[in-house]
Amino acid sequence: VKGLRFLPVGIVAVIVAALVWRLANPPDSAIQSQMIGKPVPQIAETAALPGKPAFTQAELRDGRPRLVNFFASWCVPCIAEAPVLAELRKQGVPIVGIAVRDRPEDVARFLSEHGDPFEAIVADRESKLQLAFGSAGVPETFLVDGRGIIRMEHIGPIEPDEVPSLVRAVEAAR
Amino acid sequence: MIAEAGLAALWLAAALALLQLFLAFTPGPIRNGSRAVRAVAIVEGALVLFAMLMLVLAFARTDLSVLLVAENSHSAKPWLYKLAGAWGNHEGSMLLWVTVLGVCGAMLAIFSRRLDERTFTAALGAQGALALGFFAFLLFASNPFARLDRPAFEGRGLNPLLQDPGLVFHPPTLYLGYIGLSVAFSLAVGALITGKVDSALAKAMRPWVLGAWILLTLGITAGSYWAYYELGWGGWWFWDPVENASLMPWLAATALLHSVNVLAARDSLRAWTVMLAMVAFSMSMIGTFLVRSGILTSVHAFAVDPYRGTFILVLLALYVGAAFALFALRSGKLDEGPPFELVSREAALVGNNLLLTVILGIVFVGTLYPLFVEAVTGDKLSVGAPYFNAVAVPLALVLALLIGVGPLLNWRRDSGERLKRLAIPALVGLTVFAILLFAFPGNGVLPKLGLAVAALLMPASFLPLLGRKLKRTPLTTFGMVIAHFGVAVALTGMSASEMFTREVLTAARPGEDARVGPWLVHFESVTPVAGPNWTALQAELRASKGGGVSVLKPQARFYSDPPTETTEAAIETVLGGQLYTVLGKPAGNGRWQLRLWWKPFVTLIWLGGALIALGGALALGGRAWRGRRLRHES
Repeated sequence: VKGLRFLPVGIVAVIVAALVWRLANPPDSAIQSQMIGKPVPQIAETAALPGKPAFTQAELRDGRPRLVNFFASWCVPCIAEAPVLAELRKQGVPIVGIAVRDRPEDVARFLSEHGDPFEAIVADRESKLQLAFGSAGVPETFLVDGRGIIRMEHIGPIEPDEVPSLVRAVEAAR
Repeated sequence: MIAEAGLAALWLAAALALLQLFLAFTPGPIRNGSRAVRAVAIVEGALVLFAMLMLVLAFARTDLSVLLVAENSHSAKPWLYKLAGAWGNHEGSMLLWVTVLGVCGAMLAIFSRRLDERTFTAALGAQGALALGFFAFLLFASNPFARLDRPAFEGRGLNPLLQDPGLVFHPPTLYLGYIGLSVAFSLAVGALITGKVDSALAKAMRPWVLGAWILLTLGITAGSYWAYYELGWGGWWFWDPVENASLMPWLAATALLHSVNVLAARDSLRAWTVMLAMVAFSMSMIGTFLVRSGILTSVHAFAVDPYRGTFILVLLALYVGAAFALFALRSGKLDEGPPFELVSREAALVGNNLLLTVILGIVFVGTLYPLFVEAVTGDKLSVGAPYFNAVAVPLALVLALLIGVGPLLNWRRDSGERLKRLAIPALVGLTVFAILLFAFPGNGVLPKLGLAVAALLMPASFLPLLGRKLKRTPLTTFGMVIAHFGVAVALTGMSASEMFTREVLTAARPGEDARVGPWLVHFESVTPVAGPNWTALQAELRASKGGGVSVLKPQARFYSDPPTETTEAAIETVLGGQLYTVLGKPAGNGRWQLRLWWKPFVTLIWLGGALIALGGALALGGRAWRGRRLRHES
């Protein structure tokens, strides 16, 4: 019974420990895609602009891991992300693009102003592909491994300091 | 100058808090020490009150060179909300917190005369220690008086949801209640240090607990009504973590309120009362931490700042940990006082305390359970109304039954003779339950039980007055009766609105009709209107049920500073309940979404809350009056 008097101190310690843990690991309110670990969905959409190839589900299974970048000419954070994508491309990371709810002429203008890091681009005029990937906005980037399996999702623009870890992740997905 | 004066007062007050702590715990002649501590506490309270007034003044003048004003106010805002803006943000609300803490310390220094000198000095020392930590938090992590290098051209405005008379009163009331409990905490700490836990301590603690409890009751009731009419969701309690954060101190304070009476009258339940006093204010601090750190997912989206969160957590761990450690070391020396039998007033109050503590535990576990689960297993889950209703409500109903029993028992030992008076109320309750079971199959059993218990408690709460000369009955007894009756009234409102609410969501064109419950609602028109700092689309609805026609004008408002949309529900209150209407989005083809609720008896919830607080106020007034008379006679 004597030890019982220390019980409140113990309870307080447990509660404080839990609260410290929470402060150190803030809640992540972003909703991750349910498609991670699953094969990429069917891609029936067409090329986003003339003269630039589209890509298919089969081509994403050719043994090369890639980044699939959802972007749009009307998306301001995508402008901020453009130089980072260019840097990734320079380091040898293959990137394909999906232009969300966009017009060919706007895509062409966007790419000529901010650079074109994409090997191929498909147009997603009604956000169908976006829904199929489980993406909630632009920009978002998915890592697809050589067998066409979605490995990870990056929500929001990629920051410059995330480039090395992303390059390593693409290497590891080979 | 205003901001600088406020800041200087804050620093001075912090220095005095340190001095207060130092003086209280330095060995020396007690008599002089206690006088000095008293004086310091009073000056400290005055200084921090001055600082708060300076902040309110800066907001009243919309001094845009003060960062806090520029971020939270706007020159075009109505003056009442300019003032309320002073505490409608993190820094200002923490200053309000410290102000109340300081003023409570000063009032304790002024009014507590009958307490043991040593206990009293130690309690003021503990109060100083509490204040010191929060002063440090304010000055180092949340300075409300920070200036901008260049004054802002215009302020950013206050969240429109907060531009409401409710906000002017709800947070300060709750804060006063939260922090009023700090005095009970400090007195408990002081008594543990000196080992003098007795009826004198209980009598010194009682007005503080009662006062804080009244304010918490009012604050929670007002907050519930504010959420009900301002958010446009039609509900009055959501078991949201921040709501729970205000409910937990209230539950602890309610338990304390009853156990402190046992200690005052019978010198019994010593360790338990001290423990509860510590738990109550600990719950206030945990509540503040949960709200201010923003670590729990809640509709109350406060700014999240890990640094500030860490600071408050350190304070919380320090104060609560130290208090409970002191309890563990010292409470062994306390005996539990005179014994009592199983059928007695004490036993009923112990039952009350046990039930309230278990309900407190249920709410606490439910609020923090998602956090524990995620910390241990990584799984994310949320705990909502189904858990709280299923687990806490049955216990609350048992507690409500006990309210009918306890006041009829004598202290120490009782034959249970007067319990026979409960026969008629019990019959009323059973009849109501039977009728509801037959008339409304389905709907779940809890609301029916709730109505039955309320029907029993309504007459039963007046039984303590039976056979007494009303003129010679003390005001405190009337207070108790009214508060207990208020519980029955609130319980009626909760159960009846749960059972009988009707809801309709419709897309209607102007000119069309909709039906909800007994009401026929004619959708007249939608027109644009403008207010001082908003524009709105306003629907005109003509509602009738039998007799006359009432006009309701729900709005969809757009505020420009900051750009926000809000819904302003229009509510028609009649004797039997409320018709609650919300104008939603256009639904295409000239149609509008309309949400209509008929909520019978819903107003009783808040009326009950107000009655409970009124009962508390009568008890407090009765005690103060009696105390004065006793002093005059002696």
